[in-house]
Amino acid sequence: MATRLKEVDAVMVGMGWTGSILARELTKAGLRVVGLERGPDIKPSEDFAMPQIRDELRYVQRLEQIQDPAMETLTFRHRPGESALPMRRMGSFLPGNGVGGAANHWGGQHWRYLPSDHLTRSNIVNRYGAKSIPEDMTIQDWAMTYEELEPYYDRFDKLCGVSGKAGNLKGQKIDGGNVFEGPRQNEYPTPPVKVTESAMMYAKACRELGYHPFPQPASTVSQPYTNSEGLTLGGCQYCGHCERAGCEANAKAGPHVCVLPVLRADPKFELRPRSWVSRLTYDKNAKKVTGVVYTDTRTGEEFEQPAGIVVLSAYVFGNISLLLHSGIGEQYDPVTQKGAVGRNYCYQLSRIGLTMFFNDKTFNPFMGSPGSMMVIDDFDGDNFDHSGLGFFGGCRIQTGHGEGRPINYRPTPPGTPRWGSAWKKAAVDNYQRALTIGMSGSNYANRYNFVDLDPTYKDQLGRPLLRLTYNFVENDYKVAEYCMGKIVEIAKVMNPSVMGSPRLRKGDYDIVPYQSTHNTGGTVMGNDPKTSVVNRYLQSWDASNLFIMGASTFPQQPAYNPTGPVGALAYWAADAITSKYLKNPGPLVHA
Amino acid sequence: MADESIPRRQFLKSAAVAGTAAAASVTPAAVAAQSAGVQPAAPASATVNPDSEGMLTLTSTEAAFFSAAADTLIPADSLSPSGTECGVVTFIDRQLASAWGGGAKMYRNGPFRKAKPEYGYQLPLTPREFFAAGIVATNAWVNKTRGKDFDRLAAKERDEVLKLMEQGKAELADFNGKDFFEALLQITMEGFFADPIYGGNKNKVSWKMIGYPGLPATYANVMESHRNKLYKVEPQSIADFS
Repeated sequence: MATRLKEVDAVMVGMGWTGSILARELTKAGLRVVGLERGPDIKPSEDFAMPQIRDELRYVQRLEQIQDPAMETLTFRHRPGESALPMRRMGSFLPGNGVGGAANHWGGQHWRYLPSDHLTRSNIVNRYGAKSIPEDMTIQDWAMTYEELEPYYDRFDKLCGVSGKAGNLKGQKIDGGNVFEGPRQNEYPTPPVKVTESAMMYAKACRELGYHPFPQPASTVSQPYTNSEGLTLGGCQYCGHCERAGCEANAKAGPHVCVLPVLRADPKFELRPRSWVSRLTYDKNAKKVTGVVYTDTRTGEEFEQPAGIVVLSAYVFGNISLLLHSGIGEQYDPVTQKGAVGRNYCYQLSRIGLTMFFNDKTFNPFMGSPGSMMVIDDFDGDNFDHSGLGFFGGCRIQTGHGEGRPINYRPTPPGTPRWGSAWKKAAVDNYQRALTIGMSGSNYANRYNFVDLDPTYKDQLGRPLLRLTYNFVENDYKVAEYCMGKIVEIAKVMNPSVMGSPRLRKGDYDIVPYQSTHNTGGTVMGNDPKTSVVNRYLQSWDASNLFIMGASTFPQQPAYNPTGPVGALAYWAADAITSKYLKNPGPLVHA
Repeated sequence: MADESIPRRQFLKSAAVAGTAAAASVTPAAVAAQSAGVQPAAPASATVNPDSEGMLTLTSTEAAFFSAAADTLIPADSLSPSGTECGVVTFIDRQLASAWGGGAKMYRNGPFRKAKPEYGYQLPLTPREFFAAGIVATNAWVNKTRGKDFDRLAAKERDEVLKLMEQGKAELADFNGKDFFEALLQITMEGFFADPIYGGNKNKVSWKMIGYPGLPATYANVMESHRNKLYKVEPQSIADFS
């Protein structure tokens, strides 16, 4: 029997980016907030400290900061009808663990989605006709436009101190920035991070071809910055360890450096780490949640925490599974296409590219941040005409260095053996000479890609694991092939000493090699409860005091990484709660 | 070449001593002999543990196997000493004795079923158990096809055996030789390139070899000055800052 605790005004389920932002905004509005986090608390001064943080084996190979699949993982299959098997080791994607969440180990690439990404379906319908959309492509519009969300993108920019160069300031296109981006009301808070020799070579070739290269916007800030909470970020040291490790320089934006110090000092906020929420308590008739049930992972003891408002701020999979474990909403069925929970799960085309070798170049591949790249968006989203191409969506295409950690980064020309003296010589000869043009592509929703509960496998609490049914489809392969054609064209202009072979994803989705931690969907936003789980304020259609944050609300995945819009949506939802919901609790949208 | 009249345990003991000497200074003669295709006096196939500190978890058979494998995958040549001399076997022993080796951060509930490679690892074995079983299966197959354990093969034969495994042509009984090879290559390269604090990459040998500076990795002031210009420093590791 769970011990029933005293009711609080609001409870956060997960203390990463969105839990931290919501907790901060709600305490500012006077609410008493409890932040529940399954993993441990993190102390950056110890957990992100030199010299231990520079340990490739510990963080990249052994995944120190990543969710433990022994506690909870998911099962996977390619298509309905197959038996799913558990993801026994984390691979293709790496959700975080502990206070700060995945933001502790993110790379810091910070985007806003394109205005057309907010209107994915209606934009295609208007430009190419409704019949052009394949029957199984279940794309839909966001529940708010870019213009509506822009002030909140701006707020998140100022929380993170994002480095970059505007390409569209209040409608005025600016050369050198991303001319395809939506209008920004303000320039980036800090100037672009320093880019690498490889990025400059790439940008030159792109310009020769008439494309529009710009520096990667990054939340690994280029110089010290005092953010909107009065907290100070350090300047990036270009250490090359961003991904999968914390930042010892406090230069990489995340809850620990950008929000939590203020929150921890607020007596209206209480952080409870090692508190694993197993379900929400739900009053279906009243269409309200009454709180959450969680297990203290140190003692196994179970607690019920009643709350006026519940915010699901876990990772994508945690949000979906908690709805299913609590009986909130209807499970999506790909056959009848009824139900919305688990619908429109999407991923990202990633780690696809072309590696070349320049015998007269020295790239120092260990120097840089994930922001030290130059990018083109000429083939992203609907920035180019898709007439007759047979696919929708696109890729951003980029080059840079900064991940020269040697267990993983040992490029050799095609045909080189993988071991022995010949391998060793090639590894030594090419460590400084290799350059990769990479792309990250959109992943549009498909009827048969979805999430439900597994009938066989259970987590440590005895709950069914989530079951992921997912595969790449024809649209994805065509996006990748088309954009690879552009990469090859750019590569030829760059004229390397040795040209590598295009590295495409072919065949079924492989859950083993790391691709990206940009899983989306499953609790998507929309204006119709039949095809969405939350309304435009990220409020559940099935419980008016339940708000769901994060990329699980995205109806499909654009080519960009999701953290920028995730942060913007957190501010957007917090604003709706404090300015609308608290004054008049109940549904903010009537379906 | 190993003298097969010496019992393995005794052989390993003396090899450990030879290994210590080899790790301390790779003798130019040995390197020259190796690159000329001649086996050096101290056999590269069996320099087990350069530390002579003993093994945490590996049996003598396993240590001999890993040593022979490490020296085939990373042979001594003009670029580096052999894998064993670089501490790869020590690294593997410590990794397999660690929480990771014992199956930490793995989902290990059944049922267990065979699956396509895209579904990932589906065996009930921990990494420690996986390598133990893989060595038994490999040695059984090598004994069947070549009449002796893997570590007793000549360098050229070891090369052939690992190539067959890499190509998926090794017919191991009830064990996937290709998967075993991939895991073996992975842990060997980890040992060669990881921070020396784990027992491999002795004297930062691989970092020096490719020009990886290690720590502290603070490059804000050299990002621009070293565009297309070699940044060359004496590598430093975690222990240098501890």
